[in-house]
Amino acid sequence: MTVLDIKGLHVEIEGKEILKGVNLTINTNEIHAIMGPNGTGKSTLAQAIMGHPKYEVTAGTVTLDGEDVLEMAVDERARAGIFLGMQYPSEITGVTNADFLRSAINAQREEGDEIPLMKFIRELDKKMEILEMDEDMATRYLNEGFSGGEKKRNEILQLTMLKPKFAILDEIDSGLDIDALKIVSKGINEMRGEDFGCLIITHYQRLLDYITPDHVHVMMQGKVVKSGGAELARKLEEQGYDWIKEELGIEDETVGQEA
Amino acid sequence: MTVETKVALTEQDVRSYSAKMNEANWMADFRADALLKVEQLPLPKPDKTKINKWNFTNFPIHAVESAVYTLLDELPEEARALVDSAQQKNIYVQHNNTPAYLSLADELKAQGVIMTDIFTASREHGDLVKKYFMTDGVKVDEHKLTALHAALMNGGVFVYIPKNVVVEEPLQVLFLHDNEQASLFNHVLIVAEANSSVTYVENYLSTVEEASGLANIISEVFTGDNAQITYGAVDVLAKGFTTYVNRRGIAGRDSRLDWALGLMNDSDTISENITHLVGNGSHCDMKTVVVGRGKQRQNFTTEIVHWGQDTEGFILKHGVVKDEASSIFNGIGRIAKGATRSNAVQESRVLMLSEKARGDANPILLIDEDDVTAGHAASVGRVDPLQLFYLMSRGISQHEAERLVIHGFLAPVVSKLPIEGVKKQLTEVIERKVR
Repeated sequence: MTVLDIKGLHVEIEGKEILKGVNLTINTNEIHAIMGPNGTGKSTLAQAIMGHPKYEVTAGTVTLDGEDVLEMAVDERARAGIFLGMQYPSEITGVTNADFLRSAINAQREEGDEIPLMKFIRELDKKMEILEMDEDMATRYLNEGFSGGEKKRNEILQLTMLKPKFAILDEIDSGLDIDALKIVSKGINEMRGEDFGCLIITHYQRLLDYITPDHVHVMMQGKVVKSGGAELARKLEEQGYDWIKEELGIEDETVGQEA
Repeated sequence: MTVETKVALTEQDVRSYSAKMNEANWMADFRADALLKVEQLPLPKPDKTKINKWNFTNFPIHAVESAVYTLLDELPEEARALVDSAQQKNIYVQHNNTPAYLSLADELKAQGVIMTDIFTASREHGDLVKKYFMTDGVKVDEHKLTALHAALMNGGVFVYIPKNVVVEEPLQVLFLHDNEQASLFNHVLIVAEANSSVTYVENYLSTVEEASGLANIISEVFTGDNAQITYGAVDVLAKGFTTYVNRRGIAGRDSRLDWALGLMNDSDTISENITHLVGNGSHCDMKTVVVGRGKQRQNFTTEIVHWGQDTEGFILKHGVVKDEASSIFNGIGRIAKGATRSNAVQESRVLMLSEKARGDANPILLIDEDDVTAGHAASVGRVDPLQLFYLMSRGISQHEAERLVIHGFLAPVVSKLPIEGVKKQLTEVIERKVR
């Protein structure tokens, strides 16, 4: 079992504090969901764990089996087993999806032990079939001209090809219709198992209808303010967030902007 | 520093060189006339680059003699990588200034296709060469460098495709430079008559690190009515050259002239690529990639001039500038009065990889006709940190991520080069230059 441990995490963007002491422990074999209204710091948490250049960690720790993640460069974090499925993936002209994926897979392997081309192609075909992606998506330039839904599927394709220990999925469900949502969920559920832990960030319960979480957390004002099991998500769906605010005496749940 | 602009060679010198190369007599007179003009004419004025201190006239030796090859396998290793010696039946190799190897498929010869060194062409195909050589394309008296070129031409090739002949396999020309003293005054003349079609690919390859000569290179390309020429080039000339390279096209009615140029010189370079769409319905597609590094200064002018009606011109330029290099990209779409329903589109993108690198993209539209369409886009920027973050978040190192972004940036042109080996070479050169 591997543990991703976040302790007392404070994060600033352009001098403004967004996270104000986040505590969260995720084990492999667990699916966690973070819910919460807009502007409460959910995406900031995801970006800070991955090492987005604009986010500055001012206090706290993130460790992976005791290893200091915050000391690592972005690519080292990825090679250590952390994956971020992004809300707004970049478009990169001239680099095909397949070439990019192969570079990413080989980056995890030793020099001289690159994935054989045929094996790569077989695996890619298989995963694309599961995600019901058009064949030409492999040869198109990375995310260029992809629709919102295609980009999200492509993030999940990368997840299933790279097989990280931990995936953080930042609003992977936004902009997806119900069919696409089912397909994306199928891709994530395929990954479930002893060697995989996942942190799903979402506004909506509906994704959790397809991926049952083990733990659900609510973020407000840059902190995790409530945690529970799958039933917490259902309660939020039925009753909204006001009861939590009332319970905790919170008037404005946001921390200002959420990038 | 003063630069000597007087040319050391005399009329007698150019006449005796002409005789030595066994040229036609008219060529000797042509050279002598041009030489007279060199001193009176001014240098060209590339926009935004001052070149009056550049050395365009001093060089160690006019022409060197180099070995000829009886087999392509005798080429040096770097050159062999460019040539598929088993498959490539149509190839001309020039070794410094010496015509060194020529092969043209018999079936092409039987159809009247000509590919031969420029000296032989002046003698054996005098009427054709005389008709096109520095007459309607590049004129002798445009400026000092065109006159100098005409006087001192010491290499080049003539390609002729007769009416209705479609050449399926690409014609390849390799200009191999491996003598530090050599200067290259090469002239390429390509004529495709009506309804013909050809793909021509040339490589300039220096295998020495340093050069002390001049490169003053002119290509003139003519597409007859309804003809098609695809012109691919990869220039990799060594540091130390002062390079002037002028590639000019004249397009006839309903013809198509496409350029794909990889301009990878390590020398200071003035490059001019202009196509005149003379015939109605003619079409030109100009794609250029450039990498500047070190302290290199380069100026690239690409221009399409619309004279005929319903003509279409597309300019696409992608440049990478690193270290302390400076690259100026002038893109010009010009539509003359009367060229109704023409379409001039251009796009220039410059990626700067270091603080001291300088890149300028100057898109210019000059339009003298109302009923036309035109557009331009230009950008100068740095590698997007969010793109790097995205790639690195998948475990790709920063170095590899930058490499992917740069290759991707240049791919739209690289992928258009018509010969696989040349495409591969360009990719490798880019790799080497951006490392």
